[in-house]
Amino acid sequence: MQQVNRLSPFFENLVFERSDNHMIVNFGPQHPSAHGQLRLILELAGEMVVKAHPDIGYLHRGMEKMGENMIYNEFLPTTDRMDYIAASANNYAFALAVERLLGIEDKVPRRAKIIRMMLLELNRIISHLFWLATHALDVGAMSVFLYCFREREFAMDLMEDYCGARLTHSAVRIGGVPLDLPEGWLESLSKFLDHMPEGIADYEGLLDQNRIWKMRLEDVGNLTPEMAKSWGVSGPTLRGSGIKYDIRKEEPYELYDEVEFDIPFCDARDSYGRYKLYMQEMRESLKILAQLIPMYKESEHGLMAHAPKYLSATKEDMMTQNYSLMQHFVLVTQGMRPPVGEVYAPTESPKGELGFFIRSEGEPYAYRLKIRAPSFFHTGLLTDLLPGHYLADVVTIIGNLNIVFGEIDR
Amino acid sequence: MREYRPKKDVQKKSYYRDRFYVAPQVPREKIEEGSRFFDDVKSLGSKFEVKDSYVEINQLVVIVESSSIFEVIGYMKNSLSYDILNEMSAIDYVAKCGGFEIFYQMLSLSTTKRARIKCFLKEGEAIESVSSHFRCADWSEREMYDMFGIRANNHPYMKRILMPDDWEGHPLLKTYPLQGDEFAQWYEVDKIFGKEYREVVGPENRDGAMIDRYDTKRFSRIGHEVEYGASIDLGEPDTNLKYQEEKGVFLIKKLKPEISKELEKRK
Repeated sequence: MQQVNRLSPFFENLVFERSDNHMIVNFGPQHPSAHGQLRLILELAGEMVVKAHPDIGYLHRGMEKMGENMIYNEFLPTTDRMDYIAASANNYAFALAVERLLGIEDKVPRRAKIIRMMLLELNRIISHLFWLATHALDVGAMSVFLYCFREREFAMDLMEDYCGARLTHSAVRIGGVPLDLPEGWLESLSKFLDHMPEGIADYEGLLDQNRIWKMRLEDVGNLTPEMAKSWGVSGPTLRGSGIKYDIRKEEPYELYDEVEFDIPFCDARDSYGRYKLYMQEMRESLKILAQLIPMYKESEHGLMAHAPKYLSATKEDMMTQNYSLMQHFVLVTQGMRPPVGEVYAPTESPKGELGFFIRSEGEPYAYRLKIRAPSFFHTGLLTDLLPGHYLADVVTIIGNLNIVFGEIDR
Repeated sequence: MREYRPKKDVQKKSYYRDRFYVAPQVPREKIEEGSRFFDDVKSLGSKFEVKDSYVEINQLVVIVESSSIFEVIGYMKNSLSYDILNEMSAIDYVAKCGGFEIFYQMLSLSTTKRARIKCFLKEGEAIESVSSHFRCADWSEREMYDMFGIRANNHPYMKRILMPDDWEGHPLLKTYPLQGDEFAQWYEVDKIFGKEYREVVGPENRDGAMIDRYDTKRFSRIGHEVEYGASIDLGEPDTNLKYQEEKGVFLIKKLKPEISKELEKRK
């Protein structure tokens, strides 16, 4: 290692090991394809990675600590800042955990459930498009980036029309959703659904048989099922290793047991297989969205669960009934007091299994709030996945695992 | 009698408390024959000392001795096919019972069952690392050490993961204030300027919501900036707001409202 003193300063990015000719390269934390603040310390033999050491924590904001010092409703907008590519998925995972703790999961009105599912699936498409765009950009395909952002823009416009925000939605509330769909939103959605398959065909046309794309992705990042299980890998990355597990299907929440969709999985285990999987997942999301439109039209009004102990009444009740107003005042100033107990609620976010563990002591503040972020373990996986690959493949693998630093460092 | 509240706990507390309010308990189901977890609990109970077991919100909770945790997790993985360790961390009960509760959240892919193994660990003791069963415990245990100061024996790399290596204190303890402690407010000052400049620079303001009226630049009152330390008792002077370039920025044209077009519909 370097002997650092005033005469020979520390070289941040390079260390030459005299004994075995291995070179130690520092990658990041400010690297364009590190997808945030990832620092990788790579030991290279020639151009082959021998040892990889991911270093995280550059975006650590203490979300769990914040969650323990905020009332439940206060914390919800903070969850937006975790996986900022799919904010609704975070909001929903938190809301679901609290609802299960309160025991009001079944009381959420059907219409609210449908709207939530629409938001979740739209968000999945937004997130997958973003993944493909940046991944292709890392690998060197600039035009794919532009095409993906074209469709992503339409999806983001839909989100904006619903909740006013494009990135940090906070569109899900504990116990339901705050707003009904605006007029004409469903028409815009079905226009988007008609348009989107062409977009996916465009990307596949650009990439599927592309020689460079195939050379850079095929047989790169081979993830065996054993390694995937051992690292707690989830989501598309797990299914890319041939394990067919999707929380939406296996432990259905909301109305996922009522809609028809397939769980794409592939045995290829490599980056190219996972790319195909992501494309297929977008199609499945479109399928779910198409089924939700008639379901929404049949559903009855009602957006928030009726649970006066924990949730405020409707605006109309508040303005006409004294007791509802008092309840609302108490809930806003002091916060709801859930029962004493623990809950762990797993959800299938676009990146994988996103779950909130909440320990409640009956106070308005959570006693312990642990966020199980999929990207955290996917980053740890790099330790085992990178050795044996060439330096040029490192960027492909990081991009392919779909990690987002907001939720790794929390 | 007055209720006991730990004095060292500096977390946010509810201002108002109803003296007669008793918080309900989340329903816990006993595991009887016919329950989907019955066989798991039975075979665990025959091998290890199970202190308590129940089903809470569709998930099995098993409480075991902290000394047997390595064997229990291995048994869960190899014999009961709980093949994924989703999450593990600790809950701070130092003030209440002098230790931590450590939980391991596990999932069986084949049966879609979820179980939570819990154990109690006294403060200052170390837990056996399960990273030889599950590689992901490597990082989870590092995070637990970082946040609570609980060490794991036989861990391959017991270092901090989220906080800097030279950090002092463990942020998720109940004794650790939300905005950081004495050490935290000097950390960056010492790093950037050096310890000898502490008096010149002053402690870091770690309250994101604080507004200093007498700020040097007075960012909080744009258009009313005054010099540092200047008195504002006799009214605040207006400062002219100027654009950076007098005649506009090269290549950038200002939008004229009369030539802008309003779209009737987006897209």
